[in-house]
Amino acid sequence: MTVPAEKLRLGRVGESARRTDAVPKVTGEFAYSSDAYAAGMLWGRTVRSPHAHARIRSIDVSEALAMPGVHAVLTHEDVPGEKRYGLEFRDQPVLAFDRVRYFGEPVVVVAAEHPEQARRAADRVRIEYEPLEPIVDPERATEQEPLHPDRPTMGHGYRDDPRPNVVRSLVIRRGDPDARGDVSVSGVYELGIQDQAFLGPESGLAVPDGEGGVDVYVATQWLHVDRDQVAPCLGLRPEQVRIHLAGVGGAFGGREDLSMQIHGALLALHTNRPVKIVYDRQESFVGHIHRHPAKIWAEHRATRDGKLVCIRVRILLDGGAYASSSTAVTSNAASFACGPYAVENALVESTCVYTNNPPCGAMRGFGAVQSCFAHEAQMDKLAAALRIDPIELRLRNALAPGDSLPTGQRITGTLPVADVIRRCAELPVPEAEELPRDPIRLPGGAGNTTRGEGVRRGVGFAVGFKNIGYSEGFDDYCTARVRLLADGSAEVHCAAAEVGQGVANVILQTARTELDTDDLVLAPATTSSVGSAGSASASRMTWMAAGAVREACRAALAERERTGGEVDVERVYRHPRTTPFDPETGQVTGERAHVAYACAAMRVVAEVDVELGLTRVVWIGTAQDVGRAVNPQAVEGQIEGGTAQGLGLALMEEVQTRGGLITNASFTDYLVPTTLDMPPVESVLVEDPEPDAPYGVKGVGEPPTVVSTAAILSALRDATGRELTRVPVSFDEVVGLD
Amino acid sequence: MTPETARTIAVDVNGVSYEREVEARKLLIHFLRDDLDLTGSHVGCDTGNCGACSVLLDGVLLKSCMLLAVQADGTSIRTVEGLGSDGELDALQQAFADHHALQCGYCTPGMLMSASWLLERNPRPSEEEIRRAIQGNICRCTGYVNIVRAVQAASGQEVSE
Repeated sequence: MTVPAEKLRLGRVGESARRTDAVPKVTGEFAYSSDAYAAGMLWGRTVRSPHAHARIRSIDVSEALAMPGVHAVLTHEDVPGEKRYGLEFRDQPVLAFDRVRYFGEPVVVVAAEHPEQARRAADRVRIEYEPLEPIVDPERATEQEPLHPDRPTMGHGYRDDPRPNVVRSLVIRRGDPDARGDVSVSGVYELGIQDQAFLGPESGLAVPDGEGGVDVYVATQWLHVDRDQVAPCLGLRPEQVRIHLAGVGGAFGGREDLSMQIHGALLALHTNRPVKIVYDRQESFVGHIHRHPAKIWAEHRATRDGKLVCIRVRILLDGGAYASSSTAVTSNAASFACGPYAVENALVESTCVYTNNPPCGAMRGFGAVQSCFAHEAQMDKLAAALRIDPIELRLRNALAPGDSLPTGQRITGTLPVADVIRRCAELPVPEAEELPRDPIRLPGGAGNTTRGEGVRRGVGFAVGFKNIGYSEGFDDYCTARVRLLADGSAEVHCAAAEVGQGVANVILQTARTELDTDDLVLAPATTSSVGSAGSASASRMTWMAAGAVREACRAALAERERTGGEVDVERVYRHPRTTPFDPETGQVTGERAHVAYACAAMRVVAEVDVELGLTRVVWIGTAQDVGRAVNPQAVEGQIEGGTAQGLGLALMEEVQTRGGLITNASFTDYLVPTTLDMPPVESVLVEDPEPDAPYGVKGVGEPPTVVSTAAILSALRDATGRELTRVPVSFDEVVGLD
Repeated sequence: MTPETARTIAVDVNGVSYEREVEARKLLIHFLRDDLDLTGSHVGCDTGNCGACSVLLDGVLLKSCMLLAVQADGTSIRTVEGLGSDGELDALQQAFADHHALQCGYCTPGMLMSASWLLERNPRPSEEEIRRAIQGNICRCTGYVNIVRAVQAASGQEVSE
């Protein structure tokens, strides 16, 4: 006799459930964009600028075109539609004309039978450049010749800043910015350029449809905004360009902007053959935007008993050569500059400039990372000046629902700042490990540099917060489509990009909950069968996809109740409306400029060899405001991974440039944390449901990255007694060499 | 690309024998992916740093972007496609799936090969031994916490959740 296997009940909202793509990903069957294949496909290659700033005198493609196997060599003259594209402002040439503004800017694209033929042909493209003086110092950019004389970002309701090379500036004034306290501490903080370093370099396949249109299979974060940028440059209607999500090898903001999409489509339409483009790691470093490097000047004034009186902050962000999402990063950096603390008086000036450095845009934490590093260093400094425990100082100033931010926005949703601080502070810190010990567990690790004689232990703490969703009046929505079939099964369509974060499970768990069945499938993400889901960014996708899928499921059930037959409904979900900041005062012009906020606290134990400048993070504990966890196991995974990226920025990750040229475009020279750099993480999920969100969810991807760089530096300062004002921290600064 | 530089090699991959003509300059990872269509091994860095292309060659763990295909002539290679049997996951694959030890999953095949190599030599590794064994594999998504847990679980050790 056989016993039928017990039917596995698949995860609903609130349950830890296995990733829907876990099995194909552990067997190697999961198809990433780099695995895409079509019969007869050609290989594309991009010819890029070796200069950070130069005038293009001439381009000669004749020799390249005559190379064996070459089918096309295209320049800006071959772009049939709009010559420029952009995520928010159309300021970036598809292929450079007249001049190049950054190292690695695309100038020519080649298609050939074999990738090696494409590479060799690319080497034979003759481009004559007249090098120009690059703008590389963001502090001087506003006094130099404008890189974009047409000022593409002006006239969008932003403050009218007449200085050259300003992408955006925002000033937030609250109360009396000259208000004095009993004590004042100030500091200047700097952050280098961080790379998303997703493990799967950019790649994709463009396939002509034979009727003038094109299908693009690509790893991206927002399919519909890709389509809306690609189509006008090809001179096509949006429906003639179909973007299909191919397997994504990580994103972290770096796939928000286009990479190969237009180039591949252009070559495919020109040759009438499928064209595949795969970047190598070196090309990936110049092929996408980075996290903005920043310099932040901050002054905190407080009463003797530790109540913040006034905060003054000036932020300078280097946006690089094109706008990308810099205008939103500028406002985020300003919005979170004072930290999750209540303060009556503030003056915040945030400016982003164009330079000929690598273009910067979205990376996990998006402006809040930079601000958190500065405001938490200041809070530690203030605690030391007042001789108040740093955690106690944070509790005395913690923001709470009902409080107003320096922008005048009152917190209407949940924001359990004091709660995350207390829950994190309660986590037991591990005992110091005795000497002697295996050198792998000492700072310097595998380098075997010390026996631990100069090792000091430090404990640090930080709190940070960030917005969830798109802000400042942006029409932020997500679409979902649900089909209920005659056999009782269901099919869910949503173009939300599964980039590894787990949104496919959010969609499935929501649909199973709402339809009360396991008998449903998630259709592939594509622009061809459903409306836009918006971007897998800004920690918004869980909230937005859950909202859209829930509405579509409920509408489908109601429709079936009415008609009795098969149903097919599409619904668009929007979060509560936001409004812009006043361009002169930085105050909200409606109820809210950001729809909601999430916060996190983190405690770090680190060891530092104070003679050699080597560091080792020993333990990390964190408590995070998650609203409500749809899939607790996946939420913890996001916290751990987000923490590791902040650790990288704190200790080792920096895209280095000289004269605007990237000098370390490889994983040999750009270091990413390994298992020996990253300690165990203990995470506490603080569930305080968000009233405006479906099921009370919040986004969870970014708060750990926002807070971990700051928390690690706090621990290093505790160990060394030094200010450590720049990340990634250098050995010299740790030992006190200037 | 020129025929004069092509060589014929014979390899055993996951128990299947292949004889193929390859360009002398072709890397083992490209041979596996493009010639044999075994796309489970990935290219992440091209410089031997990330480990996404890790395979076992005659039982030795190595990064297949650091070796020419012709150097693999006469060897026996195991890739992620060779883990598990008869459509069943092996203990490591199962543990990675159960413990959320992957997000984007791009590093996962290489990570599994490094972990397999460890468990073949050390069936019950400590956390530190696991961390050492997979230090050559970069994961950008997980912070490694669940990967370490999954390897512990696959080796029959109790894992805290």
